[in-house]
Amino acid sequence: MSDPVLATLNLNKSFGALKATDDVSIDLKPGEIHAIIGPNGAGKSTLIKQICGGLKPDSGRVTLCGQDVSDQSTQVRAQAGLGRTFQISELCMEDTVLENAVLGAMGAENLSWRFWRPALKRPELRDRAEVALERVGLSDERDTRCANLSHGQRRQLEVAVALTLSPRAFVMDEPMAGLGAGGSKRLTGFLDGLREEAPILLVEHDMDAVFTLADRISVLVYGKVIATGTADEIRTSPEVRDAYLGDEA
Amino acid sequence: MSSILIIEQILNGLQFGVMLFLMAAGLTLIFGVMGLINLAHGSLYMVGAFAAAAVAGATGSFLLALVAALAAAALAGAIVEMAVIRRLYKAPHLDQVLATFALILIFSEGTRWVFGSFPLFLDIPDALSGPVTLPGGIEYPLYRLTLIGIGLAVAVGLWALIERTRLGIQIRAGENDREMIAALGVDISKLYTLVFALGAALAGLAGALVGAIQSVQVGMGEPVLILAFVVIVIGGIGSVRGAFIGALLVGLTDTLGGVFLPELFKLFMDTGAAQKSGAALASMGIYVLMGMVLIWRPTGLFGARA
Amino acid sequence: MRLDEKYLNGLLIAGLLALPLWALVMDQPFTITLVTRAVILALAAVGLNIILGIGGMVSFGHAVFFGIGGYAMGILAYHAQTYTALDLGFFTTDGTKSMPVIWLMAMVTSGIVAFFIGLLSLRTSGVYFIMITLAFGQMFFYFAISWAQYGGEDGLSIYVRNDFPGLNTLMPIQFYAICFTLLCAVLFLFARLQASPFGLALNAARQTATRVETVGLNPMRLKLLAFVLSGAVTGLAGALFADLNRFVSPTMFSWQLSGELIVLIIIGGVGRLMGPVIGACVFVALEHFLGDLTEFWHVYLGVILLCIVLFGRGGLIGLLTGKEGAHV
Repeated sequence: MSDPVLATLNLNKSFGALKATDDVSIDLKPGEIHAIIGPNGAGKSTLIKQICGGLKPDSGRVTLCGQDVSDQSTQVRAQAGLGRTFQISELCMEDTVLENAVLGAMGAENLSWRFWRPALKRPELRDRAEVALERVGLSDERDTRCANLSHGQRRQLEVAVALTLSPRAFVMDEPMAGLGAGGSKRLTGFLDGLREEAPILLVEHDMDAVFTLADRISVLVYGKVIATGTADEIRTSPEVRDAYLGDEA
Repeated sequence: MSSILIIEQILNGLQFGVMLFLMAAGLTLIFGVMGLINLAHGSLYMVGAFAAAAVAGATGSFLLALVAALAAAALAGAIVEMAVIRRLYKAPHLDQVLATFALILIFSEGTRWVFGSFPLFLDIPDALSGPVTLPGGIEYPLYRLTLIGIGLAVAVGLWALIERTRLGIQIRAGENDREMIAALGVDISKLYTLVFALGAALAGLAGALVGAIQSVQVGMGEPVLILAFVVIVIGGIGSVRGAFIGALLVGLTDTLGGVFLPELFKLFMDTGAAQKSGAALASMGIYVLMGMVLIWRPTGLFGARA
Repeated sequence: MRLDEKYLNGLLIAGLLALPLWALVMDQPFTITLVTRAVILALAAVGLNIILGIGGMVSFGHAVFFGIGGYAMGILAYHAQTYTALDLGFFTTDGTKSMPVIWLMAMVTSGIVAFFIGLLSLRTSGVYFIMITLAFGQMFFYFAISWAQYGGEDGLSIYVRNDFPGLNTLMPIQFYAICFTLLCAVLFLFARLQASPFGLALNAARQTATRVETVGLNPMRLKLLAFVLSGAVTGLAGALFADLNRFVSPTMFSWQLSGELIVLIIIGGVGRLMGPVIGACVFVALEHFLGDLTEFWHVYLGVILLCIVLFGRGGLIGLLTGKEGAHV
């Protein structure tokens, strides 16, 4: 067994009486896709925020490549190799697709303190950005303003920006949300190959995608991980049926 | 320094504070309910003062003058709200700042057009002029004492209005959830106009009351406006209680600082230098206070939202 | 009609070159002074545009830096003209009448003050940021009023305009040349800055700080540096403005001036390279021509401003080129 790239250890977070994260310990091993599923309000977004640094847990640790990053800010975690995509696109809407990707490249190259040569004319930034756009199939839209992109294209751009960072681990918050069947299928194929590059912690509602992609699945209900296992184990787990799938059936 | 002087200065500070509260209450309500930052609030203060001075000049009645101030400011507020302000509720802060800055220009020059550049005077009514002897043998101007009384009465009234009436429920709901009150069948645009006019009336009242101890002139509203902003930033934008505490803090700091800092500096400087440095520091005092509060609590003493 | 922004910018620069030359030929020194005033105000607003247009920070206290620049000039020149020593604590000087030295002092002092104001103000955002910058402006305003050594409320007069090596600054056209050159230089730097990685990141921080953090950059530091640069440029403009009037007073710190600087940018177009320039030209022209027609010209300014805010996002450049301005 290889060491996990990303792990949480006994993470807890409450909002008043509501326990949003209840003693969550999950990990992400090299080369795998680990999906987190759970009904709405199960605390998936809260968990992601604690992993990526937007929200401070009440107790527990987060480690990235063996380093404890629990007390680090979002940007330090990003520099340490965490590539995140957002459930609701968090992009610079007034900027072009290329500029958004170049921003990511700047983060990767740690190049924001340069004042003279235009960002878009720096090969080290531009190449990195172009490669990422090419990979998600957005090269033709490089000069389109982000506000004019379709919803699906914005999702692609989210992924592209994360790619520019060449992260050690991806954390993706519902990347399929709002994509049509075709879009989901294409993205599923893409993520399938991406896991070799860096493992993916995937929060997703699209169960077809989850059961196709995930090496392991963790089920989060009321802030608690009630089961972790392979797709088959989860499918047949009685607890999961009761707590989660049972609700829908 | 005698204790009489100290008490006198504390009363002066309170009087200044409650008048600031009248301004700040409207500002903070308007921000809390509608999310609008209104630079033209000082203009409504000025409108109140001019209306009072004009009516007092024509009729000789101070009471009528106050009524006129309330009515004129509320009316001006309602008109401005319907014509301009309501287009700004969803606009970015920058637009709000600019549009209301433009309104200041229009109000100020318009008033100059009508009344000219010379200051008007509003006399303290005979019944309230002269000093009154307080327990402890302190002589204090009755009018200023009345201002403190009116200010406190308005504070209590506002509290009752917000906590105890149907309108208050709507106002509080408006601060939390706009869609909700619309869904409850409250005519939201009417509510907004009402809140704006209420805030304007309070500003107009303050203008008229203060106008009797200062001169009534164009541009009188802006210094007060800026102090009122300091007040609501200290208190937490949107909080009426914060505005009250903030207003008293600012009123006391400004008044007491102006008197005591030069005295304090005389202990270790020569008199002339102490007077200068003390006065300099005193006029900066409230901004220093505000800076310290914001460093401690970036959203003010009672503020929740940024 | 839709103009390309590049042509519009070129046209504007050409106009700023041609108008004073025409005034020189027609022997109308007052026109030159008027254009100089516009150019200096434009420079101050270009400074503000760094944080307002690119970084989205609505500073309602930028007159602080304008005033500091003004007083840097006033104080140095005052000591030079009265042959009195200026004791700065760590060293003593007799002041100076040399413009480059004054500019340097103005920019360094403004930059340092901007660093501290920025450090405190950037802890807040939104309305609080607007208010705290406004309060800092008032703080300096009152300080200047009570600073009796340098004229207090009455301000300081400088008898002769300061010197620039090789030029006769008393000739309006030569002083104009200095101001115009500085404006062009700063505009060039602004354009470079805007396109540079720093500018791109700052622009991104305006739109979404979360995104900037998520790629591993620190939006706070970006904004703070922008604030310092912005303060230094506006400080430089303040020094020139004081030199133009040969006078500096607390009104250079006034909150109306802070408001007007924002207004200049809005008239021209937020975040546009030449927005502040076109805004300043229009503003000075309005002030002059409307001011001639009626002493109540501020009413019209108010109405124009209202119309721009309510109906014309993007300012004049937006109107002429069909592009929207940056959203702040």
